[in-house]
Amino acid sequence: MATQIPVNELHDQRVHAPRRLWLEVLHGWVTTVDHKKIGLMYIGYALFFLVIAGFEALLMRVQLAIPNNHFVSPEVFNGLFTMHGTTMVFFVGMPILFGFGNYLIPLMIGARDMAFPRLNAFSFWISAFAGFLLYFSYIGGSGLYGASSAPDVGWFAYAPLTARVFSPGHSTDYWTLALLLSGIGSIGTALNIVATIICMRCPGMKMSRLPLLPWIYLVMSGLTFVAIGPLTAAQIMLMLDRYVGSHFFDTQAGGSAVLWMHFFWIFGHPEVYILVLPAFAFANEIIPVFSRKAIFGYPAMVAASVGIGFISLSVWAHHMFTVGLGPGGNTFFTLATMIISVPTGIKIFNWLATLWGGKIQFTASMMFAIGFLFQFLIAGLTGIMLSVAPFDWQLGSSYFVVAHFHYVLVGGILFMLFSAFYYWYPKMSGRMLSERLGKWHFWLFVIGFHLTFDLMHVPGLLGMPRRIYTYEADRGWMIWNVLISSGAIIQTVATLLFVYNMVWSYFKGPIAGPDPWDAWTLEWSTPSPPPSYNFAEIPTVASRRPLWDLKHPEDPDSDYEIEQGAPPEPKEEGA
Amino acid sequence: MLVLSITAAIFLIVAGILAYVLVRYRARPSDGQGEQEPPQIYGSNQIELSWTVIPILIVVMLFLATTRVIYTTEHAQRPANALDVTVVGHQFWWEYRYPQMGVVTANELHVPVSDHAHPLPTYLTMSSADTDHSFWVPRLAGKMDLIPNKVNMMWIDPQMKGLYLGQCAQYCGVQHAKMLIRVYADTPEEFATWVEHQRQPAVDDPAVAEGRDVFMHNACISCHTIRGTVATGRFGPDLTHVGGRETIASGSVPNTPPNLREFIDNPANFKPGALMPPMHLDSHDLDAVTAYLTTLK
Repeated sequence: MATQIPVNELHDQRVHAPRRLWLEVLHGWVTTVDHKKIGLMYIGYALFFLVIAGFEALLMRVQLAIPNNHFVSPEVFNGLFTMHGTTMVFFVGMPILFGFGNYLIPLMIGARDMAFPRLNAFSFWISAFAGFLLYFSYIGGSGLYGASSAPDVGWFAYAPLTARVFSPGHSTDYWTLALLLSGIGSIGTALNIVATIICMRCPGMKMSRLPLLPWIYLVMSGLTFVAIGPLTAAQIMLMLDRYVGSHFFDTQAGGSAVLWMHFFWIFGHPEVYILVLPAFAFANEIIPVFSRKAIFGYPAMVAASVGIGFISLSVWAHHMFTVGLGPGGNTFFTLATMIISVPTGIKIFNWLATLWGGKIQFTASMMFAIGFLFQFLIAGLTGIMLSVAPFDWQLGSSYFVVAHFHYVLVGGILFMLFSAFYYWYPKMSGRMLSERLGKWHFWLFVIGFHLTFDLMHVPGLLGMPRRIYTYEADRGWMIWNVLISSGAIIQTVATLLFVYNMVWSYFKGPIAGPDPWDAWTLEWSTPSPPPSYNFAEIPTVASRRPLWDLKHPEDPDSDYEIEQGAPPEPKEEGA
Repeated sequence: MLVLSITAAIFLIVAGILAYVLVRYRARPSDGQGEQEPPQIYGSNQIELSWTVIPILIVVMLFLATTRVIYTTEHAQRPANALDVTVVGHQFWWEYRYPQMGVVTANELHVPVSDHAHPLPTYLTMSSADTDHSFWVPRLAGKMDLIPNKVNMMWIDPQMKGLYLGQCAQYCGVQHAKMLIRVYADTPEEFATWVEHQRQPAVDDPAVAEGRDVFMHNACISCHTIRGTVATGRFGPDLTHVGGRETIASGSVPNTPPNLREFIDNPANFKPGALMPPMHLDSHDLDAVTAYLTTLK
C-alpha cells in the first residue's frame, strides 16, 4: 500500500472569503463544532488567562523584591498565589494543551473532525465557564476570616484551612466549583481524544504508524481519566463538609487532613505529567523536522511515554514526605519517584540521538525546543534530588521546590509551547511569525528565565519557605529576591513581544503556504489554514512519515517497516 | 552530597553532549538549501538498552543510600535522658510544653546543647490546634509537619550553643509569613537555670498593680494564661514570663516597651491577620498594661 495524499486546491481562504458582519462571525465561533475553531478558542482562552496569571506572578515578585514590603497586604498576596497556581494549571496549562491537541490530532491522523464534535464544544464551553466562575470570586466571595475577596487557601487547598470555620466566605466555594466544572470539561475532551485516535485514523495508519504527538496525547488522556476522578470526588466531599455537615476533612470533628492530601496529590502528580507529556509530544514532532532526521527510537519513545503514564500514578506521596508517613511509605515513594527518571532519561537521550548526525536548523521554534531540552534536563535532575525523602525534610515547601517546578512548567512546558506556536502558527493562520522578533523573544526570555529560576534555588537553600508574603531583613534573602524579580520583568517584556509578534504577523506576516518547514506529517498536506473539512479526500498512508515518502520516492520510510521496531540497517554511531 | 555529585555528573555529561551536537551538526550554508537530507537513522536497540540499564543502576544505588538515611533518622535510638517537648502549632504562633518539667512557654524554644560524648537530644512531639503547620529550623534538622488530629515526632540535637532561626513552612493562613521560630541552644547549666526560672509563678510587683488590674478586667484573660492569677485562657500564648522573652509577635519584633504597647494597641500593626483583636484601650491603660507585662520576667 503506497502513500496517497490527494492534493487539495491551495488558496488563502481569507482572501476569497466574503465579508461578513461581525455578529455573524461571532455566531459562527459560538456555535461551531469544528475541531480547529474549538482548538483555537481553547488556545485563545488559555492565552488570555496566561496574561492574567502572569500579571499575578509579577505583582508577587514586586512584593517579594525587598523584605517587609507593603506593596500588597498578606490577604491580597495569599489570593494572588492561590489564583496564580490554580489559573496556570487549570485555565492555562490544560486548555492550551487540549487546544493544540484538538487542532492537530484530526489533521495528523487524516480525519475530518474529532469523534464527538458536539461533546468537544460542550467541553470547551464548560471549561471556559469554570475559568470565569473562578475569577468571579473577586467580586463574589470573601476568604479566610472573611478577609480577602478571592480564593486564598493555596492551589492545593490543604484541609482544614478550607473548612468553613477558617474560610467562612464563598471564595473557597468558587474555587471548588470552578475545579469541578473544569474537570468535567477535561474528562470530555480526554474522552474525545481517545475515541478519535482509536477510531478515526485514516487508512494505513496502524497504531505503529501513528505520529508520536497523538500517541502521547493518548497516554495523557488516559491519565486524565484516572487523575480527575479523585479531584472531583475530593471537591464534592469538601462541599459536603462545608454545607451538609459531614466530617471527611473536618479535623475539629475527627476528620483527616492527611486524607485530603492523598486525594489531592493522587490527582496532582499525574496532573504534572498531563501537562508535561504534551510538551514531549511537541518536541517529538519539532526536533526531528529541524534536525532533518527521523525520530530516534520510535518504539522506545512510545514505551517510555506509556511507562511514564503508569509510574506517575504511584508517586503522589512524594509531596508528603514531611507529613509523617513513616519510613516505609517514605521509602516506597522515594523509589517510585526515582524510577520515573528512567523513561524520562530515555526520552532525553533519544532526542539527543535525533539531533546527532542531523542538519540542525536554528529557527525560533527549534531554539525554544533546544531551550526546553536543556532546562528540562536540569529540572529532571533537581527532581531526582527532591525524590530523596531526607532532602525534602530540609527543602520541601521551600523556594528550592518552587524553583524546581517552575523549571518544569516554564523552562520545560512553556518553552515547548512557544516552540509549538512558532511551528504551527503558520498552519493555523496561514502566515509566518516573524523569525527576527522570535529570536529576540527567545533570547530575552532565556535571560529572564535563568535570572529568575536559577537564582530561585538559592533562597530555598538558605531557608526561605514558599507562600510567605514577606520576610525578615536579617535572613540574607534580599539580594536573591531582587535579582529574581528583575528576571520576572524581563520575561514579561519578552512575552509582550511574543503577543505583538502574533498580532503583527496575522496581518503582515509572509504567506506560509501549506508546508513551510518541509515537514513530514499529514497536517502539512492541507492548505494553511486548512478548510473546515480538512481533507477533500481522506489520505492513505504507508509509513510514519507520509510526506517524506512523497518527497523522497527513491528512499521512502515504508521500505524500512518490514520488521517492526528493529533497526533498519547496520550503521556506525557518529559516522 | 552523593546525590548532588551524581546529578552534577549527569548534568555535565548530558549538557556536554547537547552542546557538542548543536555545534557539530548545525546546518551549514555550504550544505545547500536542504537539498541533501542527512542519513535517516531510526534507532538502535543496543544503544537504547545501554541508556536504559545504566540509569536503572544509578537509581538502585541512590535508592539504597536513601533508604539507609531514612531508617537511621526515623528509627534512631532514643537515649534515656532525652528531653521531651510538646510543640503545638497555632495560627500564628508556637506553643512549647515541657511535660517533664511543668514548663509552658511560647515562640522561643530553649533546649540544652548536646555533644557527641554525652548526647542530649530533644524529642519534639508535634500536633496542631487549628490548621497545618510545619516546624523548620534549617540548621537544626529537616522539617516536620504539624497536623491536627495527628501526632508527629522529630528530634533535634544542636551541637553548638547559640540562637537558631526558622519559621513555619506549611501555609497555615493569612499571617503564615510571620510565624517565626527561635531556638536557643543553652549549655546544660544555663538550661537548668532557665527551667528553674520558668517554673516560678509570675512576678507580682505592687508598683504595676494598676496595669495588672487592667489586664485582669479585660478580655486578655480569656485567651492568655498568667500562672498564679485569674488569667487562665488557652487560646493565645502563655504570658507568665513574657517579659523575659527577647521578641514578641512570634519572633517578628524585639520585645521593647514601645513595641509591646503598639502590639497591644493593635496587633495588626506588626502582624496583619493575627487573631488577637485590637484592644481599644485608652492611652493611659495601654501604658499601664505595658508596664505590667514588662515586669513579668
